[in-house]
Amino acid sequence: MTTLETIKSEGPGRPFRRKARKTRSLNRGDHLAGWLFVLPMVLGFVLLLLVPLMMALYMSFTDWPLLGEAKLIGFENYRTIAGDAEFWRVLGNTLYFAAGLVPLNIILALLLAIPLSKNIRGAGFFRTLIFIPVMTSLVVWSIVWKYMFATDSGFINQLLRMIGITGPAWLYDTRLAMPVVIVTSLLKNVGLNMVLFIAALQQVPAQLYEAARIDGAGRMRIFFRITVPMITPTIFLTLMMTIIGSLKVFGQIYVMTQGGPSGSTKVLVYNIWERAFKLFEFGYASALAYVLFIITLLLTLAQWQMRKRWVLNES
Amino acid sequence: MKASLFAKRGNPAGGNLFHYLLLLAVSVVMMTPFVWMVSTSLKQPADVFVFPPQLIPSPIRWANYAEVLETIPFHLFYGNSVYIALLVTVGTVLFSSMAGYSFARIPFWGRSLVFLMLLSTMMIPNEVIAIPMFLFMRELGWINTHLPLIILPIFGAGGVFGVFVMRQFFLGIPKELEEAAMIDGCSRLRIYSTIMLPLAKPAIATLIIFTFLTSWNDFFDPLIFINDRKLMTLPLGLSLFTDESGTSWHLLMSASVMATLPLLIVFFFAQKQFVEGVSMTGLKE
Repeated sequence: MTTLETIKSEGPGRPFRRKARKTRSLNRGDHLAGWLFVLPMVLGFVLLLLVPLMMALYMSFTDWPLLGEAKLIGFENYRTIAGDAEFWRVLGNTLYFAAGLVPLNIILALLLAIPLSKNIRGAGFFRTLIFIPVMTSLVVWSIVWKYMFATDSGFINQLLRMIGITGPAWLYDTRLAMPVVIVTSLLKNVGLNMVLFIAALQQVPAQLYEAARIDGAGRMRIFFRITVPMITPTIFLTLMMTIIGSLKVFGQIYVMTQGGPSGSTKVLVYNIWERAFKLFEFGYASALAYVLFIITLLLTLAQWQMRKRWVLNES
Repeated sequence: MKASLFAKRGNPAGGNLFHYLLLLAVSVVMMTPFVWMVSTSLKQPADVFVFPPQLIPSPIRWANYAEVLETIPFHLFYGNSVYIALLVTVGTVLFSSMAGYSFARIPFWGRSLVFLMLLSTMMIPNEVIAIPMFLFMRELGWINTHLPLIILPIFGAGGVFGVFVMRQFFLGIPKELEEAAMIDGCSRLRIYSTIMLPLAKPAIATLIIFTFLTSWNDFFDPLIFINDRKLMTLPLGLSLFTDESGTSWHLLMSASVMATLPLLIVFFFAQKQFVEGVSMTGLKE
């Protein structure tokens, strides 16, 4: 097979059709062997992902209490959701979290990755330090930060008191609780994107920079005209992972605020969990879960479309 | 490698001060909670609220750790978390590498369709299917067992991610190796286990790290499937302890130190593997 064919057949839209046709006659036993190798995964996928996904859709059209009969009620759950002020508040909080976290995360990760990708002195040391929170359990991280932001004994307020400021009750203030959760989530995860960016930046051929420098391009121009276009695939990957991750935020909310104060940090997954496993409204919670599913689905589709248009040098 | 890169890229003078200040500031912010955690974990209850705060407690109270271990079955949480994460990792590596090999190298009927189906579900949050899953597990009588925590991740999004990583890796291995073995009459199973798997060590290392970390940190699933205290994993047990101990910060911090330290020690020794493994998945995309 020529190189061109390999690239084509393994491009995004059509992974192997061409290759398969060519080699099909080689070995008939391969059909069986191939299926046997993927069988456990495919069976698990159907039973533990596809079936539950359909089941969740069905449940979202029912009134399904913990005990007793489930009742089909059509779009009633969705109608309730659309008219539920709590839902819109929760959705707003989720978007607030995402809108706060995602840009900060990507920008900070990139800012940290630029010097670290150049192997400056101490790069390994800083990289390790900034990656440590990624390795720390989210629950532990959230417990410790909850304590850092505690009103009386917390480190932050003690620090403020040293310079004569009375710190606020961070996690008990409806305006401050969400920013605190955003910042602690940022610190927890920025190291992961940073490491991905370091790897991408180190792949950019040095000749490109040299050529640009010889042509007299300035720092900013080099960054936006060479660095950014060269690492767009990684920017897209991290962007998607961070957005979807932030729509699923749960652990830090559960530990730090329990959705409070007065609902100001209650996010979508927290709401799903509360409705399903505290109030046992399985039907309504399933409809909420499907809203989350549809949002992720739309985002994934949008990403595929944008990728085609914007991402350079994808092989 | 490091030395040559250092020489080539050099160390341009301008702008470096800003870089170092930024790196230093972020590192300090990230290390503060760890220092504060260790410091508080060794304080007497009364000293937790003392102003100005003491960095090095006096007297140092090691008894906090003993007290935590008496209050909660920490060793059980630990054991549960470790063995669940290990089993999930073994299962994921086994089934993902098998499927990844087949998708990359065996031309079987329906291959591209099945692979695309798997791939398209990778982004589905498992919170979406948590409710039917809970009912399903209840039917099977698996609530309050570790089975859902072990089996669901292997075949869920984590497993699919594994298939993707392994397939990408196997695609990059020269075909000739395999063809030579086939001419010698090796079966697919033999090629997979004696040729492909040993070659895939770097990809497997990445997968191990990702899978172990995800399982170790998982909070949502244990919260749903486990109520029995003896069966809880570390994150769940700790969150329960948080609710119970209120503001006994010194005990909470001792528990946090114990939950964090072992993994951090492993990380320090395997640092290079870890970070490089993570970077690799980004580039393979």
